[in-house]
Amino acid sequence: MQAFHPKTLDEALAAAADGATPLAGGTDLMVEVNFGKRRPEMVVGLRRIAELREWERSRIGSGVTWRRVERDGPRAYAQAARTVGSPQIRNAATIGGNLGTASPAGDGHPFLAAVDASIEIASTSGRRLVPWYEFFTGPKQNALQPGELITAVVLPERLPERHEFGKVGVRNAMVISTVCCVVTRDTEGSTTVALGSVGPTPIRVPAAEEMISAEPSPSDSALGEFARLVSEGVRPITDHRSTEEYRRHAAGVLARRLLERCLA
Amino acid sequence: MTTPTRTRPTVTSGIGDSPLRPDGVPKLKGEFQYAQDLWSEGMLWGATTRSPHARARIVSIDIGPALATGGVHAVLTADDVPGPGMFGLEHPDQPVLASDEINYWGEPVAIVAAEDPDTARRAAAAVVVEYEALPPLTDPEEADRADSVFRRLQIRSGDQEVTGEVVVEGYYEVGTQDQAPLGTEAGLAVPDGSGGVDLYATSQFVHADQSQVVEALGLRPEQVRSHPTGVGGAFGAREDVNLHIHLVMLALHTGQPVKMVYQRSESFTGHVHRHPARMWYRHHATRDGKLVRVEAKILLDGGAYASTTSAVLANACYFAVGPYRVDSVLVEGIGVKTNNPPCGAMRGFGAVQSNFGYESQMDRLAAELGMDPLELRRRNALATGDRNPTTQQVIQTPLPVAECIDSLAAIPLPDGDDPILPGGSGLTTDRSHIVRGVGYSVGIKNLGFSEGSDDYAEARVRLTDEGAVVETAAIEVGQGLVTVLAQMARTALGISKAIVRHVDTSRIGSAGSTSASRQTQISGGAVMEASRRLRERILAHHGGDELDDLGVHRAGELIAPMSELIREGWEETYTFRHPPTTPPDDDGHGDIHADFAIAAHRAVVDVDPELGLVRVVRVDTAQDVGRVLNPVSVQGQIEGGIMQGVGLAVMEELVIQDGVIRNPNFTDYLLPTILDAPDVEMLLIEQGSWWGPFGAKGVGEPPTISSTAAVAAAIRNAIGRDLNRVPVRPEDIAL
Amino acid sequence: MIVEFRLNGEDVNARVVGPTSLLDVLRDELGLFGSKSACAQGECGSCSVVLDGEVVCSCLVMAADAEGSEVTTVEGLSTDGLNPIQEAMLRSGAVQCGFCTPGIVVAATELFRVNPSPTRIEIKEALAGNICRCTGYGAIIRALESLSGGEQ
Repeated sequence: MQAFHPKTLDEALAAAADGATPLAGGTDLMVEVNFGKRRPEMVVGLRRIAELREWERSRIGSGVTWRRVERDGPRAYAQAARTVGSPQIRNAATIGGNLGTASPAGDGHPFLAAVDASIEIASTSGRRLVPWYEFFTGPKQNALQPGELITAVVLPERLPERHEFGKVGVRNAMVISTVCCVVTRDTEGSTTVALGSVGPTPIRVPAAEEMISAEPSPSDSALGEFARLVSEGVRPITDHRSTEEYRRHAAGVLARRLLERCLA
Repeated sequence: MTTPTRTRPTVTSGIGDSPLRPDGVPKLKGEFQYAQDLWSEGMLWGATTRSPHARARIVSIDIGPALATGGVHAVLTADDVPGPGMFGLEHPDQPVLASDEINYWGEPVAIVAAEDPDTARRAAAAVVVEYEALPPLTDPEEADRADSVFRRLQIRSGDQEVTGEVVVEGYYEVGTQDQAPLGTEAGLAVPDGSGGVDLYATSQFVHADQSQVVEALGLRPEQVRSHPTGVGGAFGAREDVNLHIHLVMLALHTGQPVKMVYQRSESFTGHVHRHPARMWYRHHATRDGKLVRVEAKILLDGGAYASTTSAVLANACYFAVGPYRVDSVLVEGIGVKTNNPPCGAMRGFGAVQSNFGYESQMDRLAAELGMDPLELRRRNALATGDRNPTTQQVIQTPLPVAECIDSLAAIPLPDGDDPILPGGSGLTTDRSHIVRGVGYSVGIKNLGFSEGSDDYAEARVRLTDEGAVVETAAIEVGQGLVTVLAQMARTALGISKAIVRHVDTSRIGSAGSTSASRQTQISGGAVMEASRRLRERILAHHGGDELDDLGVHRAGELIAPMSELIREGWEETYTFRHPPTTPPDDDGHGDIHADFAIAAHRAVVDVDPELGLVRVVRVDTAQDVGRVLNPVSVQGQIEGGIMQGVGLAVMEELVIQDGVIRNPNFTDYLLPTILDAPDVEMLLIEQGSWWGPFGAKGVGEPPTISSTAAVAAAIRNAIGRDLNRVPVRPEDIAL
Repeated sequence: MIVEFRLNGEDVNARVVGPTSLLDVLRDELGLFGSKSACAQGECGSCSVVLDGEVVCSCLVMAADAEGSEVTTVEGLSTDGLNPIQEAMLRSGAVQCGFCTPGIVVAATELFRVNPSPTRIEIKEALAGNICRCTGYGAIIRALESLSGGEQ
């Protein structure tokens, strides 16, 4: 196996162009290696590239770890960061790696979906900005082409005033989400809701958003309707972690609670 | 009652004290040698090819591609197994390597030895096996109907026609729990150059490993020496052999040392699990809450091979009523054979499953009667001198059921909020969505082996310049045997310096299994008695009246210094047996058990009913421990045992579909983290044992038996709904 | 390939084959058996080491990517005798089978280096990635609380 440890992005992109597998925190790739599912012949380690660790206001370098997001991120993103794996995982794992894996259960994704973030992607032929809904293309699938690297997450310049994250899991820490959710609401009442683990990709629920955005101070029945629309709008499956029925139910309950927090 | 040896206050670190663990320093520094850490020059690495089917016929096996892999030294199949090729802890019904038929998912088909672990694993994957997949039998009720059973057991006591004024019925299920010791299966087999092998492998019972290796491979007993080695937890998972026979085969075949370490996913198929249970119960009582009759049907799924299913089933049935008086009992037990993963020993050994059944019933009955659940239990509490209602055995040991209940009730309930909410770091809730619940459970468990088995342990105590050296083959799995055996030797001899040394199967007799909460009593009994006899012999030889660190004294005067005693080379070997037990008669009656222990638990939970998430806030306990020999160890056993019970109550379950384990990894088989751990308040009831050394009872299993049912009861109490299954899943509460 | 890094304060060269983990290299190539392998997927913390100042799971660090890094394992946390974390764990009964112990020593030592008087909840959060199957965690919490001045 060949391993590159570049200090600049250009060197990393050159290696990626040659077919090297990108290695950030390693916390997803190495599980696959340890379980005999992948055996890369060429890897390019990204953690020495200072540029990827830069964080300038709304542009967060892909090499920023979840530990840093937990400490310095916008509220709901920090809340999500705190639930990513264990402290050990958060010390190593990066936001770019999370996007590269594109797990339907990725704890960081709903925030990006809720605030309409974009993902900055680079290759030797240039950079492009991909909106989140074009980036996630399926379970563990994304818009990354061979030779491309994720370089940053770009948030909107202004985030909604209120945004809250929640995650249902069977254990109090270090657990894959059964459902995770972010709700945002701005002062005009405009509301978004994004969820993970209830579809092949992170999803928004436009019907619920539209309904509740039209309610300047939602009544109890409006909140109930919002929960119902969220439950109806998700596309969960039954697997060894949970059932479709429970995920649907929990998505509505959690979304409503997060909305209530935004309204409080 | 046993007569405890005189306690000499001059002995430090004797019984009642909590001396520091002798293996504590190396474990903390990372220097302790576990089976995973063994190393031998020129050793090869083993790996196993396993069936991807739960049931299949093997059409053909082609080892060619595996053997052609560079660095591979051996690829062995059933054709290469010398001897009968069958093993099993109770019955040799399991093939060392499958030859014709596959009976469970992950059954070993071939083994490989190669120069490094990666090559070995790749070669194992390169063995080409053609299977004809067959429909697996995975429904235990269907297996019962088809009479695919390891054991049926019926227990009938008293008038079978009697009925109660109040009758409650229930159906209960227990999911499959895994022991999940942190150290996976590992071992090293080293050929001795003359046809024999030294085996160093994870174990709870080296003599049983040795005899199964010898019998399966048709070897002479003296050809195989099994050495106790460092073990990273066990909880029942290491009572059966797994990689042991494979390692010996590969070492004999290649003539080189061979090491094998299971990865976690393989470990989940490589050892037996706790039996999943289905239980049907009917309790009859008078209006004032006196039990009149208990009827139970208990169905345990033993999986594909026998392991200890017959004993686990028997235990579940013998304790099907719990620690309560009742004259009329009917218990039907069935341990079925299916194509699910084999089940066997896990901490609690059958008593866990039925506890969830009978304690759920006691709560249901209390509700029906409008009675406090603890009061109902108190009114029916079994006591010394009573007969166990199932086996009709007269209980001779102190049995403080009522005392445990009363002590538990006296522990103050927590006031105020717990800093951790259900859902933990997921921030799913605030206090407004939380309801608190309190639940109780009382459990009973036998100590030691039962049903007439010859349960014994040999130990040797020698005087050397290291002090008193206790030699034993009893396995330290983490519980603190190395501490408590030395404490016993110190107190019984009167000498402060004592250590425990593990020796292999050729150098000492069996200590039996480190299971059934038995080693403190049984190996401890051997150490105490060997020490006592050694002391008497030394004193008699020198005509002294006292032995201490300085030597033998007579009338206060030192007459034989320790150096002289060491030169004389004193040693004493003793084989301890507990009072004999008997097999059951046709009604399931007999003096089945050697000793009993009781624990009572009270769980306090915070539940988010809408999302179905649970935070176990506290589990308080009163436990019948006989006598506390080492307070720190007892506390550790109780807290650790409770945590495993809590795990079964709310998160730990192997999800098995069509015979396939869907979650054989730590991402999806959830073990409680430190943020899931409840606080534990405990009261220890010390009434002794009728034969245990120094009055000791085993303490390892009772914490696990009733803590699960207590948590389930607390959740029911919080949400006001019935729950008939553990683990309790979010959807069971929320939907 | 040969990977060079600093291990417990000394420069080492390790032979690395393929994408193998730092954990496997520590154990099988360098003979440091203190870091334990129990899950191979970052879900138990038994293999915890300090990599360039952060506690990580060495099973999820590709050994080739440790090039030029500073690695501290449990073997590097005490020379003669025990460090205060280890001493407190020994006295409190926080060690049973001991398989999780090195990882907990690494995580707890790093916690106290950064925060010398953690609260009970901070202790729990710092150790949330370290599974212990034996103790039920009570003795571990008592040990570490005894070092933090007993703050609740």
